Amino acid sequence: MASWRSLTRSNIAWALVALAALLIFNLFFTPHFMHVEIREGHLYGNLIDILKNGAPIMLLAIGMTLVIATHGIDISVGSLVAVAAGAVAILIGGDLAGHPRVPILLAMLAALAICTLAGMWNGMLVSRIGMQPIIATLILFVAGRGIAMLFTNSMQIWLYAKPFAILGQGYVLGLPFDIYIVGFMLLVTYLVARRTAAGMFIEAVGINPTAARFSGINAKNILLWVYAFSGLCAGIAGLVVCSTVMNADGNNAGRLFELDAILAVVLGGTSLNGGKFYLLGSIIGALIIQTLTVTIYAFGVPSDVAPVVKALVVWAFCLLQSPKFRLRVAQVFVRKEQSI
Amino acid sequence: MKARSLSTFRNLPVFVTLGLFIIMFGVGSIAFPGFFAVQNFLNLFIDNSFLLILAVGMTFVIISGGIDLSVGSVLALSGMVTASLLEKSHMSPALVIPIVLAMGTALGLFMGYLIQTFDLPPFIVTLAGLYLARGLCYIVSLFTIAVTNPFFRAMAHAQINIFGGNFLSPGALIAIVVVLIGFFVSRYTKFGRTVFAIGGSETSAILMGLPVARTKIAIYALSGFCSALGGVVFTLYTLSGYGLNGSGMELDTIAAVVIGGTLLTGGAGNIFGTVLGVFVYGTIQVLIVFQGTLNSWWTRIVIGFLVFVFCLMQRLFERRKGSQVLRSVQAKAS
Repeated sequence: MASWRSLTRSNIAWALVALAALLIFNLFFTPHFMHVEIREGHLYGNLIDILKNGAPIMLLAIGMTLVIATHGIDISVGSLVAVAAGAVAILIGGDLAGHPRVPILLAMLAALAICTLAGMWNGMLVSRIGMQPIIATLILFVAGRGIAMLFTNSMQIWLYAKPFAILGQGYVLGLPFDIYIVGFMLLVTYLVARRTAAGMFIEAVGINPTAARFSGINAKNILLWVYAFSGLCAGIAGLVVCSTVMNADGNNAGRLFELDAILAVVLGGTSLNGGKFYLLGSIIGALIIQTLTVTIYAFGVPSDVAPVVKALVVWAFCLLQSPKFRLRVAQVFVRKEQSI
Repeated sequence: MKARSLSTFRNLPVFVTLGLFIIMFGVGSIAFPGFFAVQNFLNLFIDNSFLLILAVGMTFVIISGGIDLSVGSVLALSGMVTASLLEKSHMSPALVIPIVLAMGTALGLFMGYLIQTFDLPPFIVTLAGLYLARGLCYIVSLFTIAVTNPFFRAMAHAQINIFGGNFLSPGALIAIVVVLIGFFVSRYTKFGRTVFAIGGSETSAILMGLPVARTKIAIYALSGFCSALGGVVFTLYTLSGYGLNGSGMELDTIAAVVIGGTLLTGGAGNIFGTVLGVFVYGTIQVLIVFQGTLNSWWTRIVIGFLVFVFCLMQRLFERRKGSQVLRSVQAKAS
């Protein structure tokens, strides 16, 4: 009984329930939803698509989880996706024969370095100057797309360098390559956060920065590196996005991604007030968003209308997590029992 | 003496913004012939009328310590509904405009209710509002709706002569009226003072017996109303409704408010500062158009840079203010 209670109290359980409910709903109402087949040695099907299309948001959500755990927020990640895509595209170049201008690996590293630096800039503003995170990252949110457009000279760049396509289109052991990237990042982050003290430090900073400082934690550096890491995650997501479509569009790459990433983290049970964080929860959150999107499409709702459903889900979820709302609902039940 | 130094101190960011605006307008006047003209100044009102209206609502929200990310989408939705009711249902503008304004206000009211009653973060609640309004746009129509209603066409092309052939559009006049009302409400009404009190410290405001709950909900309703009015004015400006209109405008609005000297932590701000913030934003765009060769994306980079500079300034002021208070306390103690 006690364990059942602790399970329903933990926020990650709610995310799992929501995901399971969505999948079961689809099992009955969407034909061929659970169907996975092997074609040319690759796995195909709706479930694989959910994993694959959700990869960029999952990558962003990993970085965002740590940022939110410090009671921060990073709204620049969508723009940084565009920056990474623009940088890697201009370095590889739109040569029709597919000869890259710079070695592909070098171009990718350069794009990641740029995004990590951008993340450090966010971190500097938050930790050293003491700006509110939403405003500190608003600066790159606004300027980032401008920078991406300067990289590509306001044009869309199409890429033809074949090896670069592996990142977003390749398959390993039947599964899309980007799923492995997500898995790798999740594993590394999990090990660093949970097998060392780093995760505890991050939570301490999120719960009470002053107390954290007094207990000897260098809160400023923790903040700096958390934002830098979020920038790096955005860079990787940018490379994946760019490689999937082999195109860099500074205007549309990563549009509204920051909102999806924040949503994934919140759905996964990490509170926006900082403190305890759930990496796996954020991944489940991203999967919920992606499954919801697929479900909405399966019902023939135009893709542009999908945000309406998303909004209603967010509000419902926020209410379920709100202690005040839970109290009110509980009061209603108590009153009923008393009247009986 | 002390009170005066505090008030100039509080208004300093506004003066800095004013200085910045004058310098930018001056640089443009020297560099480009034809830039310095009364009409060019009035155009700032005409071309940014909807942004001004959104920014007035946003200023109240930010002074209270909150944020409203839904303004751009609600603007688009209001434009879509206006265009659809006018063109597809052939309703009279006298009916359409009140309906749209009521719709925007209701959406704001609902979000305010969620934020206040259940202690939800404004960021997430209005973020969902952004999604909702954007999606509803496409339920109204997936395509652009052109407005052919005679009243709207007449209003869109109307030029109200100010003096010597210089004119304002009806939309710009509405924006000016909204700014004046906003200034009056923020300074001289109980509601306005309560907004400042909530931003300063919500707990203190509650302890002072101010109607915090009611005011907080009203602030978001006000912002919703401003967004809907902005949508109507935007429809006047473009004579069409389209679901992608005003995307990213929420952050332009926040940027203009911040450049105008409103503290993002709440508790301090000025409607006229916000107007100057919008002017700075508009002048950058005009300068880039006049310059001709610069990529229009520089607007976003310059705006980002200005937000950075102003936030930096705010932080420095806050620090100094903190040490000033400390010093006065120490002086009293000794």
